[in-house]
Amino acid sequence: MLAEMIQRLFERSLDDAAQGQARNGQWLDSLWAEVAEMGLPLALLSEEQGGFGLSPAEQGEALRLLGKLPVPLPVAETMGANRIFAKAGLPLAEGAAGLARANHLTLENGVLKGRVERVAWGEHLDCLCLAVDKTLYRVPRSGWTIAEQGSALNFHPRPSLEINWEVDAQAPLPHCPVAEGAVLRAYQIAGALEAALDMTLNHTATRVQFGKPLQKNQVVQHELAKLAGELACATAAADLAGEALARGNLLGIAAGSLRAREAAGNGAGIATQMHGAIGFTREHSLHLYTTSLWTWRDEFAGQVFWAKVLGKAAVQAGGDGYWPMVTEL
Amino acid sequence: MSAIPFPAPPADTAEVQALRTEFRAFLDKHLSHRTPRQRSDNWYGFDRTFSLEMGKAGYLGMTWPKQYGGHERSAFERAVVVEESLAYGAPVGAHWIADRQSGPSILKFGTEEQKEAILPRIAAGELAFGIGMSEPDSGSDLAATRTKAVRDGDVYRVTGTKVWTSFAHEADYVILFCRTSGTPADRHQGTSQLLVNLKETPGLTIRPIIDLAGQHHFNEMHFEDAIVPAKNLLGQEGDGWNQVMSELAFERSGPERFLSSIELMYQLIEVLKGREDDAALAMIGRLTAQLAVLRRLSRSVAAMLQNKQDAGLQAAIVKDVGAVWEQTLPDFARQLVDAEPDPRTAKAYAGVLANIVHNSPSWSLRGGTREILRGIIARGLGTR
Repeated sequence: MLAEMIQRLFERSLDDAAQGQARNGQWLDSLWAEVAEMGLPLALLSEEQGGFGLSPAEQGEALRLLGKLPVPLPVAETMGANRIFAKAGLPLAEGAAGLARANHLTLENGVLKGRVERVAWGEHLDCLCLAVDKTLYRVPRSGWTIAEQGSALNFHPRPSLEINWEVDAQAPLPHCPVAEGAVLRAYQIAGALEAALDMTLNHTATRVQFGKPLQKNQVVQHELAKLAGELACATAAADLAGEALARGNLLGIAAGSLRAREAAGNGAGIATQMHGAIGFTREHSLHLYTTSLWTWRDEFAGQVFWAKVLGKAAVQAGGDGYWPMVTEL
Repeated sequence: MSAIPFPAPPADTAEVQALRTEFRAFLDKHLSHRTPRQRSDNWYGFDRTFSLEMGKAGYLGMTWPKQYGGHERSAFERAVVVEESLAYGAPVGAHWIADRQSGPSILKFGTEEQKEAILPRIAAGELAFGIGMSEPDSGSDLAATRTKAVRDGDVYRVTGTKVWTSFAHEADYVILFCRTSGTPADRHQGTSQLLVNLKETPGLTIRPIIDLAGQHHFNEMHFEDAIVPAKNLLGQEGDGWNQVMSELAFERSGPERFLSSIELMYQLIEVLKGREDDAALAMIGRLTAQLAVLRRLSRSVAAMLQNKQDAGLQAAIVKDVGAVWEQTLPDFARQLVDAEPDPRTAKAYAGVLANIVHNSPSWSLRGGTREILRGIIARGLGTR
């Protein structure tokens, strides 16, 4: 139901021109207005919290769609920030929100100061869902200036922020915004890979070389099978991470996030190769997905960070404790 | 909509959790004396005594009807026993094939007499089965089978050769895929399945095929005018192709297609303890993430089986991705630890590594080669 609404909204209002504007760093104001109108920023909240009360499966479907379309706005981040704000009892975002952790920030005389690296669309947000150690802050837009411009591989803005804010909204941290972001990205990666597989199947069915469609070649079929495998892994990984977040299981988040990041690279590689040269251009829309996959796999702490979290737990479990640990993920 | 859907597996119920705890204790009780090297044999271990204990404790034929010795438990409960067995490196060879595919095939296609005679004995851990599919000239191309069974009164006279039959020299039965009419050119037509008693079939000779590690698992079964009672026909004469595809579905849909090298992971972690660096931790983390996701996918397959859905495509994906995981594990281990693998050493790490390197090539061959599986997946994507 919500999935259909999301699909319809973006199919109607998100075209190549809009994608091009987003690539130039332009904020799609009217599209955001439609997103807000639909109530999407509240999609992960329970009904008591004023949200839709979606099941985990419905939440996953909605989040995957944000990667499948792919939406050049921080919708997922805002949904995640509101989930954290609602849990903490802080006011929800009034516009778009960002997710970050920055333990090095200083708090003196009630003023929070310091730099937060690379926040998606940081100039255009209403507020930042920021963790410093075990405290959650809801930093309003007036609480930061842009310290440095930055860009992601899909050319969406990633400015770094200089926070200077007299704290007036804080709470004990319910769960980490970086973990939240890692889970959201896992779902978006799964969604983008779904689109990449569809496009690759379509391209290899219609592109004729040597007198037959590409996908009648066994070597192409085997690459498509591998791509389907990466998609299956990414989708399961996102669900694994999502369920782990709900249980507060950091290792499960690490496992799901890691495998989704890996699938992003593997899948983007196969899809591009199967498209041939056209997949390397902006003339074909595959690039919207590949560049986003390459963006998302390195965000919300990197692969090495999460791999070390999980690896350390595995080594601590030891040879005898390893399998029981795996069955708890 | 091209993605191949994997339904989310339900969380373990209290019963399933209790079963896991209980079964781990069972494994500890019966197998804690085994060395890492022995555990790394995994499903190449063959131990009748252990299989009888499995049967006695109710861990075989778990999903079958009670009237045939089964226990009417869920596909999830069976999946727990299967994955815990492999994760422990239990010697499952004397019951594995019977419990996984031969028994379910007999349950589906067998006569009442066959079901009553055989299934309770499989569930008791008394009967070991081999697989009677591949031939010298018909491996992946199963429809090219040549082994011929000619009806002669109340017997079939069987002539032909089957190969790669694991444990034929130890097992009690195979389900033989053969041609009961026509020629190999007829492909799927005219094929049937026969229950062949390996201990009591005149005209059957079993010869070892020694693998590259010097082990004797494989055999060649040579049938020369061998006599098989006609009542041992499984299912319908001429319906062999559909039946063997169903048997392969049982074979491939198991949730076990990624644990063959798991003992190496345990030993690698033990070796790394105390001298792990960031790169090693990160690699162990990545491998663990891959394993956790494979396990989730295989639990989805179990969910589909529980709901009586066809999980053939999903199982092919799990097996394809899973075989890559278990097969490449030694290469990742070799990036972290220098050790010369030694098949005869008593040292845990070098011995396990040797066993895994020797055996790993078979993991992307058995039960459908990597190439066949990718073909199946590609067909599922609508490309063929």
